[in-house]
Amino acid sequence: MAELARRLPIPQRRLPASPVLIVLTAACIFLVVGCLQSDIFAQQTVAGLATGAVYGSLALALVLIYRATEVINFAQGEMAMATVYIAYQLIQWGFSYWEAFFTTLPIALLLGVAIQVVLIRPVQHKSVIAVVIVTVGLFILIDGLVAWKWGADIKFMPSPFGNRVYHVGGVAVARGDIGTIVITLLSVLLLWALFRFTKLGLAMRASALRPAAAALVGVRVDWMLAIGWGLAAVLGAVAGLMAEPAEFVLQPTLMQPILLYGFAAAVLGGLESPAGAVVGGVAIGIFLNLVGQYVHFITSELRLPFAFLVLLAVLLVKPTGLFGHRRIRRV
Amino acid sequence: MSARATGLASVAVAAVVLAALPFGLSGYHQALAAQVATFFIAILGLDILTGYTGQISIGHGAFMAIGGYTTAVLSRDHHTNLVLTMFAAFALCFVCGLLLGLPALRLSGVYLALATFALAVSVPQIPLKFSTYLGGSGGVQSAKTVSHLWLYAVSWSAAAVLFVLAWLTLRGRTGRAFRAIRDSEVAATSSGVMLPLYKTLAFGISAAFAGVAGSLFVMGTNGFAQPSEFGILLSLQILVGAAVAGLGSLWGVVAGAAFVGLLPTISNDVPWIGSTHGQDVVFGLIVIVVMLLLPTGVAGLLARLARARARA
Repeated sequence: MAELARRLPIPQRRLPASPVLIVLTAACIFLVVGCLQSDIFAQQTVAGLATGAVYGSLALALVLIYRATEVINFAQGEMAMATVYIAYQLIQWGFSYWEAFFTTLPIALLLGVAIQVVLIRPVQHKSVIAVVIVTVGLFILIDGLVAWKWGADIKFMPSPFGNRVYHVGGVAVARGDIGTIVITLLSVLLLWALFRFTKLGLAMRASALRPAAAALVGVRVDWMLAIGWGLAAVLGAVAGLMAEPAEFVLQPTLMQPILLYGFAAAVLGGLESPAGAVVGGVAIGIFLNLVGQYVHFITSELRLPFAFLVLLAVLLVKPTGLFGHRRIRRV
Repeated sequence: MSARATGLASVAVAAVVLAALPFGLSGYHQALAAQVATFFIAILGLDILTGYTGQISIGHGAFMAIGGYTTAVLSRDHHTNLVLTMFAAFALCFVCGLLLGLPALRLSGVYLALATFALAVSVPQIPLKFSTYLGGSGGVQSAKTVSHLWLYAVSWSAAAVLFVLAWLTLRGRTGRAFRAIRDSEVAATSSGVMLPLYKTLAFGISAAFAGVAGSLFVMGTNGFAQPSEFGILLSLQILVGAAVAGLGSLWGVVAGAAFVGLLPTISNDVPWIGSTHGQDVVFGLIVIVVMLLLPTGVAGLLARLARARARA
């Protein structure tokens, strides 16, 4: 495998440009100072960190798929929503929340792999429009299947962490928020370790970056891409299962807004940078919470349009995002 | 028969059938046919943008929402004639489309898809925020409701006028510029096509069509414009209709519109899947199957059949 790593010209990890680092550092300092100054600010920051972690993991799922197959999976949110319903069903059958959680993840993996093999592989090399339409079809299909099986009305699920609130100084921190942050960051770290330290991870990175060369040294590129979709589905499932940590209200539309925040996060991070997706997700989570708290015009109804404006602004001002590379296209 | 004669003949046949149809239909079916016309207009608009100019949009439900609210609000506040509100919707959405076209100049492919998706999710939130003027989640109701026959006549007349408009736009210089941009932006620019002008123009025209469709859509729901009606699924349906029709073919649009407009009703009568959600399942399945097996849609299939017959 070392042989493989040597032969494949996998680009070295590049640090983001220094202006980006300066901006991020400044933002961190601003947050720390704000948290020390005001309890409400600190409360909103922690809550934003939790929702941001959820956005980040869904964004990471999108980025994984984009890097592997250059496809934006519009059905990512609905796939996550479907896995949450599977967990709901398991709980109805008498599983505890965590048993259901860990049973759902392998199911999500299989689902993701199956979708790539059956639906995406045949159109992958056709036009962008064809692939987008297939994922859009998948969006409608999953939406319909879930509502058909479980009904479109609201379902309730036990919450994973309970409603306890801790008080740190004058700051109230929900147990659910801490749990969400820990679980999502843990899954992101595990995924990173998988890509960084295992043979499978190396093969997957090689397949995404240099498919032809990877195939030449014996990597089964098609399967690596399918496993990439599977892992993305698992991450999406984690994001979905952590989406509402306080009290779980389940509806087929659960993930639609989160998908938009995930898109915004992925674009902010640069669409092809996994670290960027997580940073982008957390940034958007905290930013939206603080804006909601301090800018009175932006009420909860305007959260989505505001995220749209953020996305549009990033695309116009810095289309490569925080961590992306400028692509040079030969004409 | 030459292609031109065939085209004229089909137009004549279509006109006669459409004019005769309402006499053989019940009121309910007239409303249904009007709904097909509504989707026809929206899909036609999207086809100009996506099929002919190569710019993908998942956000046309947003323009339908703008057009629909224009009609409802004008009728509620000023008792404007409903037909006149369609012109207002056309104009307003044309401007909105141009405005969206400006940032979209710098986006392409997946980025454009993302931005327009976000637009479609965001716009229905606006009436919730400005609920005193736009009615919140209850929506706005226009001052007048219309009969099924009126709706049928107006919808299909509008569809016919816009079809001719689309055909006139696409057959000449402008249409050539659109297609050049779709096939290769670089080649188009080097041949002297002004990219910013034609791209924003395509967005404007396309959005204006969607606006008229939204206006008719609202008239078809008893004059109610509600945020929940203009959700992301509506945008997806239009895109799916355009894909089923076969991108870049004006005639295929009829098939796409019939598919999107009639499938919900037809699948309601089918046992086993006969529910609103079962129809989503069928809808999604058909889209995927069409994209996997017939990537050029119904239009591509017809063209292939015609070629096979010519060879035989």
